[in-house]
Amino acid sequence: MKRSINIWIGIDKITIVLFLLLVTIGWFNIYAAVYNEEHKEILDLSQRYGKQFIWIIATLIIAVFVLIIDTRFYFFFGWFIYAGLIFLLCLVLVLGREINGARSWFEFGQVSLQPSEFGKFGTALALAGFLSTRRQDLTKIKVFIIASAIILFPALLIAIQPDLGSTVVFFAFFIVLFREGMSLYVFISGLLMVILFFLSLLINNLYLIITLIAIAFLIAWFATRKWKLCITGLGILILIGGVLYILDYYLIKTFSNEFIILIAIVLAGIAYAYYVFLYNRKAVAVVIIYLFLLGSVFFINSVDYTFNKILKPHQKERVEITLGFKSDPHGTGYNVNQSIISIGSGGFTGKGYLQGTQTKFKFVPAQSTDFIFCTIGEEWGFLGSVTVVGLYLFLLLRLVILAERQRSVFSRVYGYGVISILFIHFFINIGMAIGLVPVIGIPLPFLSYGGSSLWGFTILLFIFLRLDAGRDEYLI
Amino acid sequence: MKDAFINRKYFVIAFIIIASIALIVKLFIIQVVKNTYRLSADNNVLRYVTQYPARGLIYDRNGKLIVFNQAAYDLMVVPVQTTQLDTTAFCNDLQITKDVFKERMQAAINYSRRASSVFLKQISAETYAKFQEKMFMYPGFYVQPRTLRKYSKPVGAHLLGYVSEVDEAIIKKDSYYKPGDYIGKLGIEEVYEKELRGKRGVKIYLVDVYSRIKGSYDDGRMDTLAIQGSDIKSGIDLDLQEYGELLMQNKSGSIVAIEPQTGEILALVSSPNYDPGLLVGRIRSENFAKLQSDTLLEPLFNRALMASYPPGSTFKPVNGLIGLQEKVILPSTEFGCNNGYLFVDCHSHSSPLNLKGAIENSCNSYFCQTYRRILENPKYSSVAEAFEKWKGYLNEFGLGSRLGDFVNELTGFVPSPSYYDKYHGANKWKALTVISMAIGQGEVGITPLQMANLTAAIANRGYYFTPHTVKAVGNNQKTDQKFQVKHSISIDSVNFERIIEGMEAAVSGASGTARIAAIPDIVVCGKTGTAENPHGEEHSVFIAFAPKDNPKIAIAVLVENAGFGATYAAPVASLMMEKYLKGEITNKYQEQRMLNLNLIDKPAENETQH
Repeated sequence: MKRSINIWIGIDKITIVLFLLLVTIGWFNIYAAVYNEEHKEILDLSQRYGKQFIWIIATLIIAVFVLIIDTRFYFFFGWFIYAGLIFLLCLVLVLGREINGARSWFEFGQVSLQPSEFGKFGTALALAGFLSTRRQDLTKIKVFIIASAIILFPALLIAIQPDLGSTVVFFAFFIVLFREGMSLYVFISGLLMVILFFLSLLINNLYLIITLIAIAFLIAWFATRKWKLCITGLGILILIGGVLYILDYYLIKTFSNEFIILIAIVLAGIAYAYYVFLYNRKAVAVVIIYLFLLGSVFFINSVDYTFNKILKPHQKERVEITLGFKSDPHGTGYNVNQSIISIGSGGFTGKGYLQGTQTKFKFVPAQSTDFIFCTIGEEWGFLGSVTVVGLYLFLLLRLVILAERQRSVFSRVYGYGVISILFIHFFINIGMAIGLVPVIGIPLPFLSYGGSSLWGFTILLFIFLRLDAGRDEYLI
Repeated sequence: MKDAFINRKYFVIAFIIIASIALIVKLFIIQVVKNTYRLSADNNVLRYVTQYPARGLIYDRNGKLIVFNQAAYDLMVVPVQTTQLDTTAFCNDLQITKDVFKERMQAAINYSRRASSVFLKQISAETYAKFQEKMFMYPGFYVQPRTLRKYSKPVGAHLLGYVSEVDEAIIKKDSYYKPGDYIGKLGIEEVYEKELRGKRGVKIYLVDVYSRIKGSYDDGRMDTLAIQGSDIKSGIDLDLQEYGELLMQNKSGSIVAIEPQTGEILALVSSPNYDPGLLVGRIRSENFAKLQSDTLLEPLFNRALMASYPPGSTFKPVNGLIGLQEKVILPSTEFGCNNGYLFVDCHSHSSPLNLKGAIENSCNSYFCQTYRRILENPKYSSVAEAFEKWKGYLNEFGLGSRLGDFVNELTGFVPSPSYYDKYHGANKWKALTVISMAIGQGEVGITPLQMANLTAAIANRGYYFTPHTVKAVGNNQKTDQKFQVKHSISIDSVNFERIIEGMEAAVSGASGTARIAAIPDIVVCGKTGTAENPHGEEHSVFIAFAPKDNPKIAIAVLVENAGFGATYAAPVASLMMEKYLKGEITNKYQEQRMLNLNLIDKPAENETQH
């Protein structure tokens, strides 16, 4: 079954070039970010740029290794890799070194490793393995739940560390599930949840819920064209809601209006279901709309709870600042402010390489890691920023083409896994540096300083390039 | 396999493209549309002026200000911007030599050419005023207002701690701190550093090449405000603290006074001490070195927390309490004393005595026999087990461990049975081996703070609150929850009453050893002690509380190398209690005697040892 192919010819050169470009840009900008007159030598190993050079050499060696390994290895051992990484994620909770309140790092003398950076390709392999070998159909709820569990289990372990940034990254895998046929209802629910999350923080919940009820009945009317049916439903809801409200107002006096409406919707749903059952046995649309309404109202109420009780104060503030309900007199948005000043001060053409003043002042924290984009924005200006964004866009679109030309489901799913992870890192990292998304500390792929993240992304990408190069090798 | 969802790839592609466009649009807005081009076009620079918050103030229990702030100015420099500098004029204006200039400039360059660093610390208000007018001549320099500590009275140095600049180690450990920041060291300043320090802000100015401020950057939208530190209301009585330091002048030792109902520290004196104003501003490092090198007086050494002494006879009430609780003696139990018990001597007094009389007369023999009964209690299988039980009581009194709310507090020492097992072998030691602890000598060591706390526990008839200096922080009127936890001692309050009767008799009884501590119209309960000092003359110790019912103050006084407890420690304690309870002193003679007493300058041969 095996056809012999030459990997070095079959490998996608465009991706390789993009990869090398990004890594090089990263290295030079790390040099600029931590530029130090006393250590001008870019290969000075006591400095971050010197160390990054070692990480780059090592990552190229790793890349070659990844390419040499037979495609079948990834196919058959994906689960083992996944299991191994889960084990490491558990282990780091016990043996990890606590840095900034999170146990995310293993330390071996001078070298530190962050297992969550490697958890991503492990999860991508497991997901690919699951969705390909058994010809699973994602429209089936059971399959969807298992696939979600594969994604969410490592995410949960990372959340315990706690490393919110890396946890968020795992949700990007749902893009893969979307491509592979996840139910549109789930997709719409997810989208609705995101929209409602922000709306519920922006608008008074009571108005939001009333609006939702109105919309639900409008949609129901469009779907069924039976206005008698809709009015009856609305009537039942208002009646039950009213009775509950009066009951609470005069007798119980403990529940909030939101809670009363929630209960009213549940009760009205039961009463209405009986009514619909009697008169119209084909009201699937109404049931779906009802479930969405119920879910939304429930969700809105829980957002408030999550936001106020579960998120830590600094995370809450980050969200509030990004959404603009909180200007920032007390300096929580300090990082973002400094970052925007740096990038903004770059102007159209930038100040020139090593000429940036803002980043040199060390006013931007984590300049060489999470905020590496500041240096690019300041020294290379809008032109440089767009170039970098363009390179990522090009890379991502190229990867979509590669993923779509795969003959096996396994390779395609894995390819989309790579796309999802690279995309979310790219979007969130640059987005936070320019104040578009809340500050979530995750690195910019291939550019940020750090061995673990560079190696993690390299392995992630090169496994896919190996699968792509060998796409005609086996028929799996 | 048929791919039914191939069209969804277009959604993914569209999603990626839209997200990228969103990034580009936002980049276009902040890099091209906004007016920040001024920054790069006019060769302007941004100057980040840190807004240092004023440190929180510290008040005493009556609302009197103890610590506040004074203004000072740091001259800052950004080396790359110091072009065309007239060095001579500059040095004249600042009244510094050219060598100093060169040295400071090099230091600034070594730190960073582009970032600002301190050129000259804490210049005076006059120099600042003069310099301000000529600022335009000196590009690259600017002035940064700071605040320094100021003390309303030169007292409480050990209690308050001091403020110093952060060093490299601190900056590495805590990411909040940046070079040039101040941090509280020791005392309240260190323990409540997080509350007192407030939060830095930063103001961003656009500055032209002549160092002239052209205005706020982006209308101040990127500025952050400094938040002032929280004020602290302490439990200290400033007048009492001052009086205590006055009484202890020219003596070595400490006074700790506690309000028993709350555990609030009223006064904490460690002598010799120093004026806290010496450790403020530019004179700080020089003075600190001087104080540190004074190995004779050790003024930086906080004896109240960091010196551990044998408690001497002040330990007898504790052993009496344990004896009563363990039912090895009754209040009526009498022991004879023939100027001592075995190898422990005793002074002459009437014999035999009951418990009250034994405390009044401070009879060694009585407590040796009590202690022997505690350790040889047939209830326990071995001396070691009984000893463990005894140690448990001491620990309940807060001995042998840190009480908390202080830095550098010693634990003191309460030996455990294994300590003796190691020396003598398991089961090879008996009650008589450790008999000296019956009268507070031997291995046991406690700090003056622990002594005062123990006294407060006796005054409360069986419980104490962790001694603390701070009542409330900021607008919060409530005392920290951890200081409101009642630490109860498993000894019945009725037993405390018996012991307290003895302590009352010690002060007001006919043959009391502490009659010198009596205060007219107030029932004082106290116990003298003499702590053996292997290096020289014994230390004079006294613990007391007053009034007997509803005690308002519990106090421990230790005067080093002063001999019997009654001689010096008791009158000092008495004066302190009277000052606190009445506000004035009736026995002026005693007051003068204590104020004039000089135990430090006397040519004592033992002073040099330590």
